Amino acid sequence: MVESRTLIKEYQTVEQIAGPLLFVKDVPNAAYNELVEIILPSGERVKGQVLDTSKGLAVVQIFGSTTGIDVPTTRVRFLGETLQLGVSDEMLGRVFNGLGEPRDKGPKIIAQEKIDIGGNAINPYSRAQPNEFIQTGISVIDGMNTLVRGQKLPIFSGAGLPHNELAVQIARQATVLGEESAFAVVFAAMGITYEEAYFFMKSFEKSGALDRTVLFLNLADDPSVERLITPRMALTTAEYLAFEKDMHVLVILTDMTNYAEALREIASARNEVPGRRGYPGYMYTDLSTIYERAGRIKGRKGSVTQFPILSMPGDDKTHPIPDLTGYITEGQLILDRALHRKDIYPPFDVLQSLSRLMNLGIGKKKTREDHRGVADQLYAAYAEGKDLRALSAVVGEEALSERDKKYLKFADEFEKQFIQQGFYENREIEKTLSIAWDLFSIIPETELKRVKKEYIQKHLNK
Amino acid sequence: MGIIKRISGPVVVASGISGAKMYDVVKVGNEGLIGEIIRLNGDDATIQVYEDTAGIRPGEPVKNTGRALAVELGPGLLKSIMDGIARPLNKIEKKSGAFITRGVTVNTLSRRKKWEFKAVVKKGAHVKEGDVLGTVQETDTILHKIMVPYGVHGQIKSIKSGEYKVEDVVAVIKGPKKEHKVTLMQRWEVRKRRPYAEKLPPNVLLSTGQRVVDTFFPIAKGGAACIPGPFGSGKTVTQQSLAKWSDAQIVVYIGCGERGNEMTEVLTEFPELEDPRTKKPLMERTVLIANTSNMPVAAREASIYTGVTIAEYYRDMGYDVALMADSTSRWAEAMREIGGRLEEMPGEEGYPAYLGRRLAEFYERAGRVVCLGDDKRLGSITMIGAVSPPGGDISEPVSQNTLRVTKVFLALDAPLAYRRHFPAIHWLKSYSLYLDSLVEWYGKNAAQDFVEKRNEAMKLLQKEAELQEIVQLVGPDALPETEQAVLGTARMLREDFLQQSAFVDYDMYTPIKKQYLMLKSILRMHKRIIDTINLGVPYKEILKEQGLFERIARLKEISSDSKMEKEFEKVWKEIDEKMNELRNRGA
Repeated sequence: MVESRTLIKEYQTVEQIAGPLLFVKDVPNAAYNELVEIILPSGERVKGQVLDTSKGLAVVQIFGSTTGIDVPTTRVRFLGETLQLGVSDEMLGRVFNGLGEPRDKGPKIIAQEKIDIGGNAINPYSRAQPNEFIQTGISVIDGMNTLVRGQKLPIFSGAGLPHNELAVQIARQATVLGEESAFAVVFAAMGITYEEAYFFMKSFEKSGALDRTVLFLNLADDPSVERLITPRMALTTAEYLAFEKDMHVLVILTDMTNYAEALREIASARNEVPGRRGYPGYMYTDLSTIYERAGRIKGRKGSVTQFPILSMPGDDKTHPIPDLTGYITEGQLILDRALHRKDIYPPFDVLQSLSRLMNLGIGKKKTREDHRGVADQLYAAYAEGKDLRALSAVVGEEALSERDKKYLKFADEFEKQFIQQGFYENREIEKTLSIAWDLFSIIPETELKRVKKEYIQKHLNK
Repeated sequence: MGIIKRISGPVVVASGISGAKMYDVVKVGNEGLIGEIIRLNGDDATIQVYEDTAGIRPGEPVKNTGRALAVELGPGLLKSIMDGIARPLNKIEKKSGAFITRGVTVNTLSRRKKWEFKAVVKKGAHVKEGDVLGTVQETDTILHKIMVPYGVHGQIKSIKSGEYKVEDVVAVIKGPKKEHKVTLMQRWEVRKRRPYAEKLPPNVLLSTGQRVVDTFFPIAKGGAACIPGPFGSGKTVTQQSLAKWSDAQIVVYIGCGERGNEMTEVLTEFPELEDPRTKKPLMERTVLIANTSNMPVAAREASIYTGVTIAEYYRDMGYDVALMADSTSRWAEAMREIGGRLEEMPGEEGYPAYLGRRLAEFYERAGRVVCLGDDKRLGSITMIGAVSPPGGDISEPVSQNTLRVTKVFLALDAPLAYRRHFPAIHWLKSYSLYLDSLVEWYGKNAAQDFVEKRNEAMKLLQKEAELQEIVQLVGPDALPETEQAVLGTARMLREDFLQQSAFVDYDMYTPIKKQYLMLKSILRMHKRIIDTINLGVPYKEILKEQGLFERIARLKEISSDSKMEKEFEKVWKEIDEKMNELRNRGA
């Protein structure tokens, strides 16, 4: 980080330390969000940021541990700038910590540009509509929750579910049909274990994607407040690679739940009025400044596509973290414990999953003309089948009509043939759709109300 | 000139602002960020800033404009997209590129564009507020009326047709005390409602082309409706369908704290979609206001007021305006965030105690009115607000306060959405209090027995819910045949009438006449089935007539032209014939 010496001011007037907050008095005019360096009595340095500033008092949020900070001798340096990241395309293939400092043994990054990590909002007028189909090779995604470039599609998961495997599989297989283009993966880990981070690194290495990947790692034992910075570092890098270097960037953020916990920690240290379950009332706005940094821009070649992963506490979708996320992101892929127990991978809760931008990426010339209808029919039939499964559990399968039994069979086969696939199985979209048509032959043709007649004639039993 | 004392997120405290009044617009800091005074305490003014405050320091200056937040009203509003404080986003792009930087000052209306003004009153005429002085053809479909500003009356000293820019004087009115120069543009403070002569009861349907809405839970012109639902239940798609197909002449769409890509979608789609009535692009009648979730939160609070003021302005010209607010929950959260920064004592769930009052004030700006002006023209604002309750639980304060002031409740239901039943408006949970006042309208514009048929269908749906409970216990075969038939018909109603695709050309919009005929066909089918069962034909035999059921399922494909009724009659005849055949076979 370049330091313009003239603006730097140093104070030794710490008044109070509360949690990750430092109250510094006699500071005449610290800037809001100004970057701060705290020099401990031991000589150790940690970074911080101004959260609240008034004449004579600055409240500083410390990124790092407060261990060893004292009141009389700790020095606080106000650096005269807001938090910035020096970016360069040399960052590809490198590993950084949560604050953007090299974590591997490589050299320092020579910045081509320094960018404020807060990120300005993309002007809605300047956005280009995301409409390029990304084939992930996973039937449930491609067929029913289609991903497009520039979308933000989170995975709602739970402890012990294979969300990491899924993210890796998507990162490995995602392609845009008929196009060779520069791609990159930006990976931000927030509070995950070393083991998990290692899994990601090994997987990227195995698929040969590591030298196209930038990793920001804030692991479980790293300071939690750093987590507030990590995703912004990652997205600043992603935006740079996408909109300055014309790359198609896939951003994986995991685990957003840890991010939200860190946000709550700061809020409670500041004695803020808590919202639902102790999370701050502005969590929606805060999360949106992360998630909204996905998209495409008119006249630029690159794109930022986001895959945030979050674990739902207690598998509860109405918990504030998944709830607010769902309101911001363009759909969600939900994993289901029951299917996981049945040993079905990837264990998608198909009915609750959704891609809001699906329609923009499918149909004639993009995937196939019958795609929309097929997806709707799969949803409707599987929903019916699942309902009947519940009913048959009460009244017994014998009490069901012939039609109902067919639906039951459909639901079972759908899970086994359509949802279920291998970790290395990369299905073409044609294959996904043809599995769907095979499944439709289980139910009576007259029940296929969601697909146009001409498509039925063209594809059914073919 | 004031001096900044404290900065905490979007809230700034400054002292020594000369002549500070509540809701004055101020320019904050060296960069001149736009803000609004929201609290005064002695010499200290608390300001909510509409732009990001990072990097601002205590000691920087604050300048008072002395004016409350106002919006420029005049030709050029239509077809535009602006942010929460009415700055056109295309002009911001020109100044700051694809990312919005702060401190950008742009006018809402272009100062350079010339408009063709046609005077409709003559020199010497006596005019008062609201009278139309002349017109400007703003878009192909909308004639913009230039009205005498509020509070002005007198005799016309001069007026001239011709080409003018918005700041040019087109007429001079000699009042009792002073002369008033009228330009194409006027300003209005957004937090103040625009006056009208008289409010009228809402007894005209806002035709939306959405079957579940128009037939089952109608919205009257001048009414207020709310759409609460968890994420993924289709609030935005429903809102957009209503914005696209409702027969309002003007649509104001406020994207309040929602997704950037959604605004892009509207911007990409609306210029291409055709208004079914005027055959012109939908964009011609649309004003878009976008404060996406990552844009500054204080401007989100203002966006709703900006939108409703623009809506009122067009209403005053005598237009039917539909105002879509997506989502009012984000608006309420913006209030909560600002309230929290002010360290206000919170009410329920951290929301400020004035939440209910603010919501009520907002929705009260809806209505069908006699406008000011001697021609007694009628205009209306219909409001449709989306609500995003946390976890989909509508017992929370925003939903509850909204329900108290809106008359139509379109309950979006997650389980319906999961099975892709769209629009996912739940028929048993939703209601409309306008049904009674619209009976006459239906009689005139659809059919005399419209409401009767609607209620008949509703009864079947209710009966279905009761029967489902029994089925859950004993299975469907245990029901008597006629009740099995009720289940079958209810399913037809759900799948072939209530469900409507927003993406299929023949289905996205259904005129009210066709809605009636579709409903009538299903009910007629039901009656014939019951009759046939009563004559001893087993229900199973009837179900074998799959072709007939498919005819019903494909009723939506009948094009709604002059031959429509004939087509439906053909279907009815087919039903009758098939049923007779069954009866004869059975007997």
